[in-house]
Formats: sequence, C-alpha cells, structure tokens
Amino acid sequence: MFSGMTELRHKYLRHHKKFPHVWCPGCGNGIVLGAFIRAIERLELEKDEIVFAAGIGCSGRMPTYVDFNTLHTTHGRALTFATGIKLAKPSLHVIAVMGDGDAVAIGGNHFIHAARRNLDLTAIIINNQIYGMTGGQASPTTPYGAHSTTSAFSNIEHAFSIAELAVAAGASFVARGTVYHAAQLDKLIEKGISKNGFSVVEVMSNCHVQFGRRNKMSDPVTMLNWLKEHAVSKDNGSSLPPDSLDDKFTIGILADVDKPDYIEEYKKIRQKAKRD
Amino acid sequence: MAHEMNGRKFLLQGNEAMAEGAIAAGCRFFAGYPITPASEISERMSYRLPQVDGTFIQMEDEIASLGAVIGASLAGVKSMTATSGPGFSLMQENLGYACMTEVPCVVVNVMRGGPSTGLPTSPSQGDVLQARWGTHGDHPVIVLAVSSVSECFSITVTAFNLSEKYRVPVVMLSDEVVAHSRETYTIPSADSIEVVDRIIPNVPPEWYKPYEDNSRGVPPMAAMGDGYRHHITGLVHDAYGFPTEKQDEIETFLKRQFRKITNGFFEIQITKKINIEDAEIAVIAYGSVARSARRAVAMARAHGIKAGLVQLVTLFPFPKNSVVNVMRQCRAVLVPEMNMGQISREVKRVNTGLTEVSKYNRIDGQLITPLEIFEELQKL
Repeated sequence: MFSGMTELRHKYLRHHKKFPHVWCPGCGNGIVLGAFIRAIERLELEKDEIVFAAGIGCSGRMPTYVDFNTLHTTHGRALTFATGIKLAKPSLHVIAVMGDGDAVAIGGNHFIHAARRNLDLTAIIINNQIYGMTGGQASPTTPYGAHSTTSAFSNIEHAFSIAELAVAAGASFVARGTVYHAAQLDKLIEKGISKNGFSVVEVMSNCHVQFGRRNKMSDPVTMLNWLKEHAVSKDNGSSLPPDSLDDKFTIGILADVDKPDYIEEYKKIRQKAKRD
Repeated sequence: MAHEMNGRKFLLQGNEAMAEGAIAAGCRFFAGYPITPASEISERMSYRLPQVDGTFIQMEDEIASLGAVIGASLAGVKSMTATSGPGFSLMQENLGYACMTEVPCVVVNVMRGGPSTGLPTSPSQGDVLQARWGTHGDHPVIVLAVSSVSECFSITVTAFNLSEKYRVPVVMLSDEVVAHSRETYTIPSADSIEVVDRIIPNVPPEWYKPYEDNSRGVPPMAAMGDGYRHHITGLVHDAYGFPTEKQDEIETFLKRQFRKITNGFFEIQITKKINIEDAEIAVIAYGSVARSARRAVAMARAHGIKAGLVQLVTLFPFPKNSVVNVMRQCRAVLVPEMNMGQISREVKRVNTGLTEVSKYNRIDGQLITPLEIFEELQKL
C-alpha cells in the first residue's frame, strides 16, 4: 500500500541531521525529491541497496537529505562515479540526479556516453533552464531570447532538448515530466529505475528566483502555470496543429527499448576471457 | 593462456608489469582512456581483468576514468587508472576529490615530454611537481616513481598497499623509457607478495562515523551497500560526512589529512641506497634516470671515484631524512633529471649548508645516459 507523504518523509529523510535544506521557498527540487521517494517506496527497495549520487549545483545537495548511500561528486561527473559503483557492485540500484548545467554542459560528454554505453543506471535531470546556485547564469537549456545574468540583453544561443538528446544517444528509457505534473513524475521515475539499461527522466522545473525574476515569472505559481501550459502529453501531441507546438515540450515516455545492458554483456566477456 | 601468472617468467614491458602488479595487489577495477605512452596498461588490463572476475572499462575521457575509479573504490573494489601528461592534467579535479573524501586509488602517469601535447613518444620527468601540487587546495599526497620493469610490478603493489592503508590516492610516476623497455621478469609467488586491504568498520552501522578521527588518523572505510549508509561529499565535512562550515571542524578535518601521512613517514618514504656506505659524492635520482645513475656509479667506482646513489622511490612526501643523511656524508651531490630541476629544488630546500648540490638537466626528449652522469660525477 502507498503510504502518506508524512510517513514517507519520516522513513526516508535524514530529518534529524541535515535540515533545513538549502533550497529557496517554492523550489521545484522538493517536488522532484518527493516523487523520487514515492517511486522508491513503490519499488520496495531496501535503503542499503540504493546509491543516490549527484553533481554540483542546487540539485547536487539533494542526496544529503535522504537516507541512502549518498554521494555528492564533482561538477558534471555524477554519472562517471555512478558507472564505477555499478560495475563494482551490480546489485546496487544507482541513481544520479543532476541539473541542466551539470548534465549537459560540463557533464555533457559523460551523459551521452552513459546513454550510448547502456549501463543500468538512472539519471534524473532537473531542468530549470538556468544555473541557480551560482546566481542565474545562462545554461545550455536557457531558451533563446531569455534573460540571465550572463545574457542580460538576450540569450543568443539555442537550447538543448535533453530528453531528445538522450534518445538520440541511445538511452534505453527516456521520459520527460514536470514538477507541475507531480503525480505523473513519480511513475516516470519508478519506470526509469525498474528499467534494465540506461534510463533518463528529464524533469522540467521552476527556478523563479534566478530564472523567473528575469523573465517575467517571479513567483513559483506563475512558473508552474507556465510548465502546465507548455507541456504537451506525448499521447496528445500529434493531434494538435504543428504551429501550436512551436514553444511546447513533450511529456511522457519518449523511448522504451530493450537491449542488453553493459553488465550482461560484460559477463559474456569474462566467460570468453577465461576460455582464452 | 594460463591465468595463473605467479612464479612464471615473462618478457614484460614496464607497462605490462604495472598491470600485473596491480592485479597481484588485488586491483579488480580499471577505467582508462587511450594515451601514448600509457595505453598498454589499459590494453593489458582489458585482457587480464575479466580473467580474474575484475572489470575493465574504457571511458570517454580521463576525467570520467578517475570518476569511475573512485566510484568503484567506494563500492569496495581496489581500483586504478593510467594516463600520461595531458590526461593527468584532466584528472586533477577528481584527484582532489579522492583526497578530500579519502578514497584509496592508484593513478599512474607515464610521463612524456610536455607541456601540452609535447612529445608523446619521448620520456620526460616534467610532471613531478604537478603530481604533488596539481589539484587545487592544500593537500597531502603520495607520489612514487619507478625505474625498471621489476619495480613496475613491485612498486605498484606498494602503491596499492599505501593507498589502502592511508586512504589516499597514490600517484605513480613512470616514464616512456621505463614503460616501453622490455626485461625478463619472474612474477613472484602469491604468498611472497604482501597485500594490504583497507580497514573496514567493526561497529554496528548506527555507531559508524565515516570520518571520525583515531590514533592513526585513518578512519575505517565501509563499502557502499554493506549497511553503513552515509554521505560522501567533496565539501569539507564533519565526522559523519555531512558538509560543515564550522571553523573547528574544518581545521580538525584538514589537519588530520596531513597528520595521517606524517605518522606514516617511516614506511611511506622509500629510498634505495647503492654504494653509499663509503661514498664521498652521490647521485640523487629517480625513474629511468636512476637506472642510468646506477651504471654511472659503477663506472665511477671503476675509476676510483667513491660515488654512491640514492634512488628516490617516494618523491612525496619528500624523503628528507634519507637525503639529508647522504648530504651530511658527501662533499657533493648531483641531481640529474629529465626536467629543468623539479626534485633538485626539494634537495636544495633541505640542504642547510651540508653539501654542494649540482644539477644536470635534459629536456630534449632523450634519456640521460650513464656516460653523461659519469662525466658530471668526474667534475664534482
């Protein structure tokens, strides 16, 4: 049975040790953490068998607050550490949480190669379209024309679509959700963790403090409404007129393919090596 | 090919001997990225590790390689990576992470000419001070240097043992000459190789403090998944592993990093002394230059010059006592290096008017020959 959120908080958070957290009031990160905990609860995984790793940034602080094997790595490198952990102890469920700058700027190379390699890891990427912790600089997902502290006049670069990038790089499972669609989000994360192979869940989130304030959405409700209005369900998208989809993004499961993961393949390599 | 290597004689390259030394030391994870002149270490590990139920992975770059190595070590598996100058530069960030989080691992740098792309197929000793100070922040580190195929095996075992015992990354410096020279080498029997494993906690998980001080300054290390759930961060952290900004906790934590290495000087600072007993002049050398120096000392002795050699196996923490003792005894010492004088700076630093320190430097991509060192000794 699915427990109430208060019970889950008591079960999974390091509430005696590490609170209050560092996030701003109204931050989407809390919604992502809640969805993650609900997914873990439904999967009935033991705390000892979960590794929760992060890079640097606001998302990087998330593992501090939960009672798993937690790891706060270097900027952009969470997936490289996760790779070593998973290969050394394949029985562990290794989940990396990253931000947009973390995952696709400084960690972009690790991200696409992790997808290509298809090791059984789960990447949760919180995309708030800005570098929040460092003070609102433009990130690889800041929209064209948006304002930031390093694009005060207007952003002249074009944004990555993280989920589509993951599909192209070969991830076994790719989904996109938002912090507005919180009930859907925990199901996507649950599916990502259960998938055998590299899985990606991109979460469109709000940073009203660093992004919203400079782009006429200075409170969380306005930003959540923006997410609601710009998200198009994967199942409905094709029925809408193409013009109406220009500034929209798709949510739902974008890819779910079966192929042997790295560990299964490596077991065969060990057998061959021993015969040689 | 038989997988049992112990007790058998092989014609091995330095790089191959390093891979065998690592496996003998218990290394079961290797992540690397191709680079000359270190690639043979990766190649051999890719072949050998699956035979012994270990794991090899070729990563997308050197940053990722060391990240994966640290991750595997956190999960309880002894781990190594190997690279050369440009890759070693990329590893500096995660090398600091391993220092900060006290994760045992071995990082090999087969030195080639630099800076930048430099001389990929030529030997050099240009990365000595980078190995000591390359990552940012004040930190202790152990740096070892090898001079022969035999040492590529034995000192790799030592590197793992020190890394496990002191919970620090150990940097091993090889160079293109040592890496690609082939010599016959008999791999020792397994029971003659001393292998040290990290101390694991013996308290119940609820009592475990992953960064709690003790007399050695080295806290026991639990592997991920063994029930000792805790937090690991590159931020300065308290005894529980959680970030801290409290002054007393910061200083206590950072000073322990130095203390644990200082406590171990007696076994960390390794030197080899040849013909030192009655020496009037001495060569202080490391890496392939020490090999040439050994021959040069023999040539000098044949000419009636009482010369000796101190080979530095440990470069950092700098083996001050051994060097000072020799400087007290000798009227002059020579420090030949394939750089403009990185260890000679250290030698001069500890020379408080004891002797005269000369240096001999080559940075033209060529090794320093015995004859060159012999000629320099004749001038002393």
